[in-house]
Amino acid sequence: MSVLIFIDINEEGQVKKTSLEVLTYGSKLAQQLGTDAEGVALAPAKEDLAALGKYGIKKVYQVSNGALAHFDAQVYTKALAQVVEQAGATVVVFSNNTDGKALAPRLSVRLKAGLASGATALPETSGDFIVKKSVFSGKAFANIKITTPVKIISLNPNSFSIEAGEGTAEVVPATVTVDAPKIKVTSVQKQKTDVPLAEAERVVSGGRGMKGPENWGILEDLAKALDAALACSRPVADAHWRPHNEHVGQTGGTIAPNLYVAVGISGAIQHLAGVNRSKVIVVINKDPDAPFFKAADYGIVGDLFEVVPKFTEAVKQLKG
Amino acid sequence: MKILVCISKTPDTTAKIAFTDNNTKFDTAGVQWIINPNDEYYALVRAIELKEADASTVIHLINVGGPDADAIIRKALALGGDEAIRVNADNPDSFGIATQIAQVAKEGGFDLIFLGKETIDYNGSAVGGMVAELLDLPYVSLATRFELNGTTATITREIEGGEEVNEVSLPVVVSCNKGMAEQRIPNMRGIMAARTKPLKVVEPAAAEALTVTETFSLPPAKAGVKLIDPDNVQELVRLLHEEAKVI
Repeated sequence: MSVLIFIDINEEGQVKKTSLEVLTYGSKLAQQLGTDAEGVALAPAKEDLAALGKYGIKKVYQVSNGALAHFDAQVYTKALAQVVEQAGATVVVFSNNTDGKALAPRLSVRLKAGLASGATALPETSGDFIVKKSVFSGKAFANIKITTPVKIISLNPNSFSIEAGEGTAEVVPATVTVDAPKIKVTSVQKQKTDVPLAEAERVVSGGRGMKGPENWGILEDLAKALDAALACSRPVADAHWRPHNEHVGQTGGTIAPNLYVAVGISGAIQHLAGVNRSKVIVVINKDPDAPFFKAADYGIVGDLFEVVPKFTEAVKQLKG
Repeated sequence: MKILVCISKTPDTTAKIAFTDNNTKFDTAGVQWIINPNDEYYALVRAIELKEADASTVIHLINVGGPDADAIIRKALALGGDEAIRVNADNPDSFGIATQIAQVAKEGGFDLIFLGKETIDYNGSAVGGMVAELLDLPYVSLATRFELNGTTATITREIEGGEEVNEVSLPVVVSCNKGMAEQRIPNMRGIMAARTKPLKVVEPAAAEALTVTETFSLPPAKAGVKLIDPDNVQELVRLLHEEAKVI
């Protein structure tokens, strides 16, 4: 019996930030269950996996297999299922990130293990195993009881604080038997941004009030000052002012940063559904009746073209 | 080419979210039901575009649900689906839904299975992966572009901080994301034609539930916005730094 945490590694061989969240989460869960937390890395890593012990895990299963060089949910699932068996894991934890969304459901079927995806907190384990998850696009929560012996949880990004202490994990090589992947990765294109939107702790987002793509420079400056990622509302993406992968909202990306700064966005319910899990929302809009102010923690009613540069300067002053 | 598009019935985005029966059931009073937007805008419309490029393509729709889903199935037929199957199973968990879809897919011999990246009610993102595993097919999730060249698909999918281009031979299961296609409105001709298109109802295969939704809850109400003078932006920065502690 153990809690096994999937360590997600990007194309550059780095452990994703979302994995640090699930390592902390999985370690806390293992403590709660009176067992050990262990990790599993399938992709080649350039980082020292033993150092992940500082997040509370005792052991890392490191799989080396050429078939796992690129992410393929079908191949990864077969590999993971074998490691779950080797580890005797009874709970498997993923981030509900892009890879987790592909992998956790497949593993659920392979292991006949109930899946609670989009968890936002540690489960209740004193009686039944009940996981709180976000539903209705962040407008409510559901408590999901997992009824199977092996349980799978995928944790929503930015739902759990990373905690690092002391410790080193034992790195254990693990062998798996898998077929060649049926999916061939032909290219990877990264955005020219320092902070990926899904992992960002702060996000600056623009809407139609920006009036055109040529005005995005003031938001880029603010985002840079705040170490934030850039996002936009649906009309902006639809008008091709910004790439569609920056669109946040019900039919775009769903995010939960610590700070969400909405500039020139009225706050349609579809937009709110993608951002309402943000811990602090700042709204800048010249329309005092913009619905977004009802969801905001802080607001400025004013001309964004005057307010945003002042905001950027004030942040720079704070940082010295 | 045979495409299976999975469609879900979800509450309209603007629906009031409330619960009944001691917070164990979604309150459906006054709720307008729609096709899950990710299924409609991206999965179904991209399938229609593929059909427009190759007239021999047939678009099959599948929904797992009760008779109250028929209205949204007819709308999907009006948009461009050719025929539909409703598996008469109300409210199973993701595994139950995936089991029903996989059962139909096994018998149908589909080249492509499309569905939205998630439903806007349960936000599970689970059914696509489960269907793919049940069928032992490749699965490309969060697809933002899909191009077909004979029996090979070139699919762009979202990854953290970028996109990745995948190449895969059919059959494949694809969960569809923004970028795949643009929303369409059904026209009168489509609505009239949809009335006579086949909508077959079948009884579900046996499927056990792996999870049970026990209760629901609402997030705590917000305290209300703190408005700051636009001439005093320093105060906003001070509050974000000292009060909210987010910068």
